[in-house]
Parts: sequence; structure tokens; C-alpha cells
Amino acid sequence: MFDTLQSIIPTVLFYSAPLILTALGGVFSEKSGVVNIGLEGLMVIGAFTGIVFNLTFADVFGTWTPWVSIVAATVIGAIFSIIHAVASVTFHANQVVSGVAINMLAVGIGVYLTKEWYDKGQTDMVAQPFYTTSIPILSEIPIIGPLFFKGIYLTSYVAIILAFVSWFVLYKTPFGLRLRAVGEHPMAADTNGIKVAHMRYIAVILSGAFGGLGGGVFALTIVSNFSGSTIVGQGFIALAAVIFGKWHPLGAMGAALFFGLAQSLSVVSAGIPLLENVPQVFLLIAPYVLTIIALAGFIGRADAPRANGVPYIKGSR
Amino acid sequence: MTSNNKLFGILVPIISVLLGLIVGALIMLSSGNNPLEGYVALWNGAFGDAYTLGETIRRTTPLILTGLAVAFAFKTGLFNIGAEGQVIVGWITAVWVGLVIDAPMIIHLPLAILAGAIAGGLWGFLPGLLKAKLGVHEVIVTIMMNYIALYSTNEIIRSVLTDQQTTTDTIAETASLASPWLQSLTFYSRVHYGVFIALLAAVIMWFLVERTTYGYELKAVGFNRHASNYAGMNVGKNIILSMVIAGAFAGLAGAMEGLGTYGNMSVMSGFTNLGFDGIAVALLGGNNALGIVLAAILFGALKEGAGEMPTAAGVPTELVDIIIALIIFFVASSYIIRWAILRFKKEEK
Repeated sequence: MFDTLQSIIPTVLFYSAPLILTALGGVFSEKSGVVNIGLEGLMVIGAFTGIVFNLTFADVFGTWTPWVSIVAATVIGAIFSIIHAVASVTFHANQVVSGVAINMLAVGIGVYLTKEWYDKGQTDMVAQPFYTTSIPILSEIPIIGPLFFKGIYLTSYVAIILAFVSWFVLYKTPFGLRLRAVGEHPMAADTNGIKVAHMRYIAVILSGAFGGLGGGVFALTIVSNFSGSTIVGQGFIALAAVIFGKWHPLGAMGAALFFGLAQSLSVVSAGIPLLENVPQVFLLIAPYVLTIIALAGFIGRADAPRANGVPYIKGSR
Repeated sequence: MTSNNKLFGILVPIISVLLGLIVGALIMLSSGNNPLEGYVALWNGAFGDAYTLGETIRRTTPLILTGLAVAFAFKTGLFNIGAEGQVIVGWITAVWVGLVIDAPMIIHLPLAILAGAIAGGLWGFLPGLLKAKLGVHEVIVTIMMNYIALYSTNEIIRSVLTDQQTTTDTIAETASLASPWLQSLTFYSRVHYGVFIALLAAVIMWFLVERTTYGYELKAVGFNRHASNYAGMNVGKNIILSMVIAGAFAGLAGAMEGLGTYGNMSVMSGFTNLGFDGIAVALLGGNNALGIVLAAILFGALKEGAGEMPTAAGVPTELVDIIIALIIFFVASSYIIRWAILRFKKEEK
């Protein structure tokens, strides 16, 4: 039992980290009333940036390269998401359509530049990916130590800490209150002097930053190179986590951990007595099936922010 | 005002396509390629000879159908992002029927096509039902259904239709849409009879929406759900019906791939993108049947022509994906294009 847990928990944390980060991005965007189907594309851009930066600057930054790379992925993700913000906030475009376009554009640009720069469809493996570490002292604690602090990627902790930070920002600061107000009732917020467009821009750019970070972490922990099929569906699982977690940062984190569990079980199930005989496909589709069930209201109600997906046009009722 | 709307309806897509191509040219310039060479290669790749023309038609065929699938749901105010999954289940079901049933062509072929359409329709039924009965947003449900379709289908190919192989056997000839006649006209491209089915489907969509009470109700529900309800229409029934028909169109697109182009199905690592491109087609075609056919031809030509770009001009094929994404942005942001046109007109006066 203990051995099983010891093989599962680090894998779960490993698979969940990118999902948690990207889902947090989704929470920020959707809480402000902008639907973000483009999370997948933001992850693609993040993965692309993380890998390219890592390949280019590995000599300059040495062992710090992966950390600098995910910072670069965050920044480029944020910049890329401005396209979605401009289309959906300023131009009142259909937010779902704009998100779909973001996804297409991201893969297009990523693979186009990969082919231009490396003359092939996928990049080389990076020299400086993230490696597992054991945290001194903490990993010595009996039982808990080996489960949670041994052979772990530090990025998993970054993701969990950021989830709590996001919760604090959204629910305990004036900024968070304004952001949520804009997503629930933009007209009331506007009347109270909150700049709706301004807040929504910030929220979408934050989602780009988190999505880019998530993509960067995914690329540098799980795959180590970039191609058109590096990110297949992780962004949509993150979107599912946003909904399954009822648009709450900690809920989204919980959902992402759960989906990470489903993903990692499909990888390690062979070694677990109970799950050996479950076909892998059931574990693969579990996140999606569960999300539909959650939406149908069988697992509590999942209510979206009231003004989610509705462009705010000043003066219209 | 109506004449203005019609004008915009035609101008916005044209301007969007032009803007997309211009930005595409800028991207080629900034990455050190010659845009003129690139676009000449694109044109030759799509219309250069009989073979490429045939392949362009082949590519256009499923795009017409997925465009219809997205547009039909949109008429009822629903966003069918699930065309992708509906294509996949339509494809596998059509191939399945093509493999296991033994019948003369006159029964077998229609049966296989119909099976694809029904499978797609069922895949659209669930999101429709959830939307109608529980008010669950169809966008999220259809996205999730896409992945369920993808992974389940892969599993069916591996475990049910084959013994751990990645590609099914080729379907029986009695279920094939392949057309030796069309192929010989186009220097043995993979063009098949499906193109006529797609065009027929476009006519059916036009007829359903514009000439029947069913279509009138579907549109009414799309315009105003509450008013339709007070007028005595069954809103829930219309929502479900709309998603089922939309799903059937997408399922047909899958059947075209399975019975026409490939004659089999392989395990997929990612989506076909036919469904997502269908969104672009529907949007650019203004959700009407003729517009969709034209937009599908445009995107079919872009996608087919892209194949020529790396060899003839050194431009990666993905440039076309970028252009298509940009066109979607521009059409979706038509608010700003309308504003610009109006502004322009005012200054003229």
C-alpha cells in the first residue's frame, strides 16, 4: 500500500502542476466574465517559448535555465493573450470564436517558427529540463517525507502555492473583489466606478501568463521538446478543471490534482493490483466524463460567473 | 438598414480574407521568404493541374459538411464545438458498417453513410439534451465529448476492429464512395462521390432552414428563446433537434473520410481539425448554405495548396493555419470592420 502511494503521489503532483497553473489562468479570465477556450493555445505558446528559450540560452544560465525559461514562457503567454483580450473586450468578438482562433494561431505560429528556425517539425531535446529533487530535512520526516518531499519537481510546489496566492488575491483583496464584480454584473461594477474593460484586460493577460507558465512547465518537466503534438488536450483538461472546481482557485486546484491522478493512473495502473484490469481508455476519458456529470448537476451545482461570455457594451442594457 | 446589412454580410468576409492574406504575406516577409513565391506556390498547389484540383475538391467535401454542422446549430443559437467529435464517431461507425456487413452496394453504401450520420447525430443528442433539460452550456459539453470520442475510437480500433493494430482493414468495395470515373478525370487523385453528397446536404440545409416550419421554429428559438416559448413552440425539442441534425452533418463528414478518402480509419494522436475548421467555414460563410460552400472551397484550397509551399517556396505549411486563424479573428471582430466601413462612408459624404 505504502509503496503504491509512494509511486502514485509524486506522479500525480508531476502531471497536475501544468494543469493547476493553466486552470488558475482560466479562473482569472472567467471570473472577470471572459470565456477562455484558448487555454490550450496559451499552453502551446508557453511550451514553445519554454523549449526555444531553454535551447537557446542553456549555455548562458546553466542550471538556472529551466527557471528562466518558464519566466519567459509566462511573459510571452501574457503578451500572446492580449490578442484574445483585444478581440473579446474591445472588439466585442464572440469569445468562444476568439478562443478557437487563439488555439489555431498558437499551433500555427509554434510549428511555423519551429520549422523556420530548426528546419524540422520538432525541436531537439533540451539540455536543461527540470529534474526531481528531494527537499532537505522535510524529506527525512517519516511517512510524509518520502511521499511528498522525495523525488519531486519543485514546480509542483510552485503550482500549489500559486493556487493559494490566487485564492487570496481573488477573495481577500479589493482587486479580486473588483475582478469578480466585473464578471458577475459589469453594469453595477461600472456604476461604482470600476473600469470594466481595464479589469477584463488584466484578467485575460493573467490567464495568458498562467497558461504560458503551465505550458512551459509541461514542456520542461514532461516532454522536453516541442512539436505540433506536444500539447494535446491539456489546455482543455485545465478548462474542465476550472468548471469542475466551480470557478474557484482552490477548487480548480483540487480538480486539477484529481485529473492529474486520472492521467497518472493511466500511466502507472499496470503496477496497481486493483486497476490492472481496468482498460486504460476509461482512465483517459474519466476527466471529460466527470466534467459533463458535474455540469449536469449530479455533483453539486456548478454556476458560472453571471456575465461570463457576455461582452460589456457601455450604455446598453 | 437591410441593404447595409447585406453589404456588410458580403464585405466583412472579403475584407477579413484579404487582411488574413496580407498578414500572412507580412509573416513570410519577416521570416525571410518571398510572399509572392509563397502565394504562387499556394495557388499551384490548389489549382495547378487536374490532380491538385481533384485533391482540393476532396478536401473541400468534409469542410462543407462540418461547416453546415456548426452553422445549423448556430441558427438555433447553439455553438457546436463538438463537430470534431461527431466527425470521429461518424467516421468509425461508417467504417465499421463498411467492414462487417456483407450486402450489395445499393444497400451497403447508403447504410454505411446513414450509420455515420446517425452516430454523429447521437453524439450531438447528448449535449442537446443536457442543454434543453438542464441548461448545461453546450460549448463545454461538446468539447468534452470531442475527447471522449477521440480516445474511445482509438480504443475501438485497437481492441475491437483489429488485434492491437493502428489501422483498420480497408472497407468492402460495396461500401466505398471511391469513383474511378472522377479519379481518371483528375489524374488519380482521391476525389470521390462524397462531394455530391456534401452539396446535396448544403441544399437540404438551405431548404430546411428557409422553406419549412421546422426551420422557422429553429431560427425563432435562436433569435429569442422566451418569445418562442410564449408563441407555443417547444424550445427544448428544437434545441435537441438542432444539435442532432448538426451532429448528423458532421457525422456525414466523417463518413466521407472513412468511405471516400481513406477507406479505413487509423488511431489518431490528435484531432482531425475538420470540426474546428468547420467553425471557420461557418463563420466566414455567414452561416448560410451558399456562403458555407464558398468558404469551404476557399479553406479546402488553402489547405491543399499549403502542401506545395515548402518545396516550391520554402514556406512551412503552417502558414495556412495562421492565415485561417487570423481570418477567424477578423470575422469575429467584424464590429471593428463595420465601424471602419461606416467611418469611411461618412468621410466620403
